[in-house]
Amino acid sequence: MGDVKEPLLGSRDEQPRRSLTIDGNEQGFATSRVDAMLGWARKYSLFMYPFITACCGMEFMALQSPRFDLARFGAEAPRFSPRQSDLLWVVGTISQRQAPVLHRIFEQMMSPKWVLAFGTCASSGGFYDNYTTLPGVDKIVPVDVYVPGCPPRPEAVLDGLLLLQDKISRGGRDPRVVRPRNDPPSKVAELVSLRRSSGDPRDLLSHLAPGVAGRSQTEKKSGDA
Amino acid sequence: MEPLDLSHENGELELPSEPMHLNMGPSHPAMHGTVRIVLELSGEIITKSDVQIGYLHRGFEKMCERGTWAQVFPYVDRLNYVSPMLNNVGYALAVEKLCGLSVPDRCQWYRMILGELARISDHLTCTGAMAMELGAFTPFLWFVKAREMVWDILEEETGARLTHSFGRIGGMAFPPSRDLRALCSSALPRILEIVEEGEKMLLKNRIFLDRLEGVGPISGADAVSLGWTGPCLRASGIDYDIRKAHPYLKYDEIDFEVPIGTSGDTLDRFLVRLGEIRQSKRIIEQSLERMPSDGPICCDDPRVVLPSKDDVYTTIEATIQHFKLIMEGAKVPKGEVYSYTEAGNGELGFYLVSDGTGTPYRVRVRPPCFQVVGGLSRLIDGRLLSDIVPTFGSLNMIGGECDH
Amino acid sequence: MSQMVLERLRERFGAAILETHSDFGDDTAIVDPSAWREIATYLCNDPALEFNLPVDLCGVDYPDSWNGPSSTARTGRMEVVLHLYSIGKRHRIRMKTRVGGEAMEGAELDSLTDVWPGLNWLEREVFDMSGVTFRGHPDLRRILMYPEFEGHPLQRTYPAGKTQPLVPYRTEASAGMPIDKLEPFGEFEGMPFGRRPDPTAAGVG
Repeated sequence: MGDVKEPLLGSRDEQPRRSLTIDGNEQGFATSRVDAMLGWARKYSLFMYPFITACCGMEFMALQSPRFDLARFGAEAPRFSPRQSDLLWVVGTISQRQAPVLHRIFEQMMSPKWVLAFGTCASSGGFYDNYTTLPGVDKIVPVDVYVPGCPPRPEAVLDGLLLLQDKISRGGRDPRVVRPRNDPPSKVAELVSLRRSSGDPRDLLSHLAPGVAGRSQTEKKSGDA
Repeated sequence: MEPLDLSHENGELELPSEPMHLNMGPSHPAMHGTVRIVLELSGEIITKSDVQIGYLHRGFEKMCERGTWAQVFPYVDRLNYVSPMLNNVGYALAVEKLCGLSVPDRCQWYRMILGELARISDHLTCTGAMAMELGAFTPFLWFVKAREMVWDILEEETGARLTHSFGRIGGMAFPPSRDLRALCSSALPRILEIVEEGEKMLLKNRIFLDRLEGVGPISGADAVSLGWTGPCLRASGIDYDIRKAHPYLKYDEIDFEVPIGTSGDTLDRFLVRLGEIRQSKRIIEQSLERMPSDGPICCDDPRVVLPSKDDVYTTIEATIQHFKLIMEGAKVPKGEVYSYTEAGNGELGFYLVSDGTGTPYRVRVRPPCFQVVGGLSRLIDGRLLSDIVPTFGSLNMIGGECDH
Repeated sequence: MSQMVLERLRERFGAAILETHSDFGDDTAIVDPSAWREIATYLCNDPALEFNLPVDLCGVDYPDSWNGPSSTARTGRMEVVLHLYSIGKRHRIRMKTRVGGEAMEGAELDSLTDVWPGLNWLEREVFDMSGVTFRGHPDLRRILMYPEFEGHPLQRTYPAGKTQPLVPYRTEASAGMPIDKLEPFGEFEGMPFGRRPDPTAAGVG
C-alpha cells in the first residue's frame, strides 16, 4: 500500500485503491500527496511531440497562434525528440506506411506518456476506409484522449487537452472522448444574436483588429491595390 | 602524439572516409510531416538525395470510385488543405465541363472570391512556415493571425474554417451571405498591413536573405521540363498563369498582374508568393464590386442540382429528383475530360472518366506539388545540408496533394 | 490550334495513330504502344509543336466489358494517358495507349524520362498504382505505397478495403479494453446503387 506502482499502459491490472484519496473520483485515484503533486506538475507542463501529417496540422498551427493560445495551459513547448516529450499529439491521418514510424516514436518516449488523437482520422481512420489508411491510431498505440472533428475546432482540442489534464491529475488511464457542446436551442439564439449584435458585420472582426471596426464604408476602397 | 605528415598541403591529413548517410525522417518539423529524405553527405555537402513521399497517401482516387460525383467534394477539399476552395472550384469546373454546364455569373464571381481568399490563406501559410523553419517565429504568428481573419470570413460564408466542402456541381452550396462585402473590405487591408509588417521584419534581415538568396536555383527551361507550374515556375521567369493564359470563370474580365521572378532561387519563390497575395486582394476587391447582389447561385439543371427543400417536402417530382441525385448520383454523360485551374501551387488538373452512371469511373488529380517535389533532388544535390530547409519550404509541398 | 497537332501526327505516323478525337474540347490521340516513345519525342522536339511541359501521366483500368469512353473497341486492359502542354504555343494534347492482357501480362511501355525528366516520378506512380512497367526507367520502384505492399491498388480488381498492415494491430487482450469500432453500416451500405453489386441481378454498373 505504500509504494506507488506505475500502471501498465492501457492494462486492466491497475486496481483502484480504496484507501486514502487526495483528489479524484471513482475512476481514478491519486493515492498520496506525492502523486497529487506529481500529477499537478505533469499536467501543467506537458512537453508535446507534434506528430503532424495532414489537414489537422493547420488547426494545430491555429491552436498555437495567439487567438487560441495553447501556452496558457502550459502545453506549448514542442520537443521534436520523443526522448524529451511526454505527450504525443497524433495530428492527421496516419497511413499504413507511416504506422511503423509512429509506433517507433511512441516506443521511444519514456513513461509517463500520454497520447492525444487529434482529429477523426487519428481517432478512427476518418472517411478513408481503404487499403492505405490506419483505421485509428489506437490500433497501434494506446490513446488517452480522442478529439473528433475534421478538423476539430481549436476549442474542441483545448477541451480535449483539459480532459487530458484532468486525467493526468487523477492518474486514470481510461480513454476519454471529446463530446460536442450541447447548447439548448434557446441559448443558441442568444449566442447568434450576440455575435450579430450591432448589425454591423465589421464588428465581427473587431476582436482581431481593434482599429478596423471604426472604419467607415467609404474607406474600403483605400489601401494599396 | 604522432607527428603530422608535413608533405600534405595545408596540414590536412588524408583520412579514410566514406559518405555519411542521414535520414531526415518522415516525422520531422521541417519536412511538413510526411516526406522522408535519405541523404548521402560528405561533410555538410549533399552528394546524393532520395526524396521519398507517400507517407500521407490516403487513396483519394480509389475512394472517389466508391461514391457519387457529389461525394467527391469532401475528398477533394483535403487534397490541398490550405486552400480547399480552390480544389472545390477546380473539381466542380471539371464535372461541369463534362456535363456541358455553365453556372450563373453570380456563382462565377463568388467562386473567384472564395478561391482567391483560399489562395491568400495558402500563401500566408507557406511564407509563414518558411520563416518559422528558419527561426523567425514572430512573422509566422503574425501570418497565422492574418490567416485567422481569412478563415473567419470563410467560416461566415461556408460554415467551416478549413475543409468547407462548399462547392457543388452546377454552383455552390449556399449563396453569399449579406456580410461578405463588409467582411472582406474590413479584413483585406488589415491582412495587407500584417503582410507588410512581416516583410519589413524579414526582407531586411541579413541572415534571412543570406539563407534564401542564391539557394536552390533552377532555370526556367529545367523547371518546365520537370513539369513545374505555379509560383515555383513563375519564380524562374516563365510567365505561365492559367488565369491569364486560359482564363476560366471571370478572370479575363478583371485586371490583375502576375508576379514573375528572375533567378528561380528560394528568395524569388518567397517573393512571388507575397506578390500574389497582393494580386489576390485586387481580384477580390474587383469581384466584390462586380458580383450581382441577387440572382441564382446554382444553374437550374435538374439533372445535377438538388431541388429546394420546400419543393422536396411538398411535391413528388422534387422528392424523386432529390432521391435519385443522392442515392444514385448525378448522371454525368459518358466521356473523359481534363480540366485545369490555377491552384495555390500551380496547375491543378482533374482528369475524369465517366461511364454515364452516377459514380465516377476514374478521378485522377494532377497535383501540382507532386511534380515540384520531384525536382527537389535536383535542387539540393551539391548544396549544404542546411539549405534543404528553406528550399523545401519554398516549394510548398502539401502532403495531402502530393500523396493524394 | 490543337487540330493542327492532330493533323501533323496523323500525317507523320499514319497507322500508329489509331484514333483521334476532340470530345469536350480536349484533343486526344490514341496511339499504338510500340510507337509511344517515337511519337513523344516528335511532340517534344518538333519546333512547330514544342510540347515542353509534361502535365500528367496516369493509368485507367478497363478490365470489364466496358471499353472506355471512346467508341471503338480496344485491346489491352490498362490505358496509359499522357497529357502534354506547350508553354510557348499554348496548346495541349492527350496521348493514350492500351497495354496489358487480362491479368496485366505484358503491360510494358517505353519510359520517357529522357524526353521529359518530370515524368520520372509520374511513371513510378503509374507503376505503383496500376502495374505498368516502363522499360528504361532509371529507378522504377514504388513511390506512394511501401515496398512490402503487394498488388497495385488502382487496378479495379484490387479490393478497396484490403489492408496490408506493417505493424500488427493491438488486440483486445493486449490492450485490456475493446478497441474494435462498431460497424455502423453493412459493407456496401452508403454506396450508390450504380456501384453496389447486386447478387440477384446480372450485369450491374
